[in-house]
Amino acid sequence: MAPLLEVRDLAKRYRATDALRGVSLRVEGASLVGLLGPNGAGKSTLVKICCGLVHPTSGEVRVAGHAPGTPEACAAIGYLAELFRFPPWLSADEVLRLHQELAGSRGGAEERSALLELVGLGYAAGRRVGEMSKGMQQRLGIAQALIGSPPLLLLDEPTSALDPAGRRDVRDLLVELRARGTSVLLNSHLLSEVELVCDRVVIIDAGRVVAEGDPGRLARAGGVEIETASGIRHFPDAGRDDIPGLVARLVAEGERVYEVRQVRSTLEDVYLEVVTPQEGR
Amino acid sequence: MTAGATRGMWVIARYTFRECARRRVTVVVPVLSAIFLALYGLGVHFAFEAAHGTTRAAGGLVDTHALVGATLVGLAMFAILFLGAVFAVFLTFNTVRGDAETGSLQTLVVRPLSRPALLAGRFLGAGMLCGVYVFVMYLVAVAITGRIGDWWPHPLLLPGAALVGAVVIVAALSVLVSVYLTAIPSGIVVLMLYLAGLLAGLLGQIGDALSLSNLQTTGRYIAFVVPFEALYQQGLNSLTSGMTGLARVIVQLGPFGGAQDFGSWLWLYCLGYLLAVAALATWSFARRDL
Ligand SMILES: Nc1ncnc2c1ncn2[C@@H]1O[C@H](COP(=O)(O)OP(=O)(O)O)[C@@H](O)[C@H]1O
Ligand SMILES: [Mg+2]
Repeated sequence: MAPLLEVRDLAKRYRATDALRGVSLRVEGASLVGLLGPNGAGKSTLVKICCGLVHPTSGEVRVAGHAPGTPEACAAIGYLAELFRFPPWLSADEVLRLHQELAGSRGGAEERSALLELVGLGYAAGRRVGEMSKGMQQRLGIAQALIGSPPLLLLDEPTSALDPAGRRDVRDLLVELRARGTSVLLNSHLLSEVELVCDRVVIIDAGRVVAEGDPGRLARAGGVEIETASGIRHFPDAGRDDIPGLVARLVAEGERVYEVRQVRSTLEDVYLEVVTPQEGR
Repeated sequence: MTAGATRGMWVIARYTFRECARRRVTVVVPVLSAIFLALYGLGVHFAFEAAHGTTRAAGGLVDTHALVGATLVGLAMFAILFLGAVFAVFLTFNTVRGDAETGSLQTLVVRPLSRPALLAGRFLGAGMLCGVYVFVMYLVAVAITGRIGDWWPHPLLLPGAALVGAVVIVAALSVLVSVYLTAIPSGIVVLMLYLAGLLAGLLGQIGDALSLSNLQTTGRYIAFVVPFEALYQQGLNSLTSGMTGLARVIVQLGPFGGAQDFGSWLWLYCLGYLLAVAALATWSFARRDL
């Protein structure tokens, strides 16, 4: 079976800007992939190409085996854009209905109310978009992306307008979707968001993939620090299992040991390490 | 076109109807129309009253009655086409770039309905709305003229059909321009095109009046570049085609003297023109990054 999303050596040049310079990635199985990077890294461009909104300059993209923008590819994805606007004169229920019709979903009123419940908008089905807060609109946007239960979700900064509680709701929702077998590509510039839920993180910077892996592995252990009478001693390659041995050796050497710390580099450290500072560009 | 694309096109067309029904700005159209029709009725009343006097004075040499009737309906057509063109522009000026800028287009384009179907749906919805609008307005204006002044155009429906064709062409041009320009500039450009068309009519008229063949030809050429003007002239022309003698000559020298008969193949030309505009719009839209 073809992977849900396969991106190979993708490049995109807008007039003067190289937004993407050879990005490859795959999303398959029920997984949550976080696409992490600073503003302007090319995350939105990548996702728009996958949706058929933007034409790549070179490289190849396959969505469920089809070229992006074809009806088959479009039918396989649910997309929430970074900046979007639903017609202010439609109610939440009508927005979902319009998208059901366009997506050819036969879920009917049942699907609509279930989705509104799922994103916590069950009470606002009849409310017009023009009378909703930005956060409510974002929840509606997520519900819209879920119409027809697409196997692949492409979410571009889906929590940007949400408060911390709303963000947690979305994280829980993503975990639940994965449990139901949906794959998610989540764009974010928020480390915490990606770190907490994603199975795999792809960090991109200035149009290139600069690091990739599961968040735990990326945030690898950073050695052991031991405070002794003669100062702090570093053991950068040591892990948790090495600590008793190290302490025993130091004590045997006549050192007085006051404190032992296992140093963990967080995903944030990794991120800051691989992403070039803005000034340096 | 696949079944899915056709269904999507109609979904989008219906969405355009609903947008029109729900937007508050749209209330302006019926209000303006009602004001116009009321004023028109008043004008018709006084014009025929005045004409009644002159007919006797002229001693029946000119059919003043028909002259007034045709002139009034011609005036109404001018105003209705203007209102219809503004309505058409209003329905379409944000179709592509305007809606892409606000982020409303992208959520629709990623649905499996294909970009051409989306464009076709928007055009269909807008074209039907403003087409029906100008036709109904034309019928009401004709009915007012007929009831008050007892003058009916002959043929009755052809001038209205010409208005429908003209306003549909304006809508198509507006959709095309919206692929290249954001909402406000696009609306301005299309209304300027509309004015250019009127100017062409005026040039042709002056050319006719002064027998300047260069000017006449220029006017005709422009009318083909923006054929809503040619259709409008054709409509005016058919308005007077049932008239004879001096009255016809006078009407044609009047404010709508530019009224030319381009022949019935003009309809065929307009159809081809619409197809070309549609092809260009579809092609440009397909290549656009959103
Ligand atoms: N339509 C566009 N025209 C020109 N440049 C663009 C366009 N869209 C994005 N860019 C540029 O491409 C780069 C990547 O943008 P984007 O994909 O939006 O990044 P991100 O989503 O990671 O913040 C940026 O430098 C941005 O300025
Ligand atoms: Mg972005």
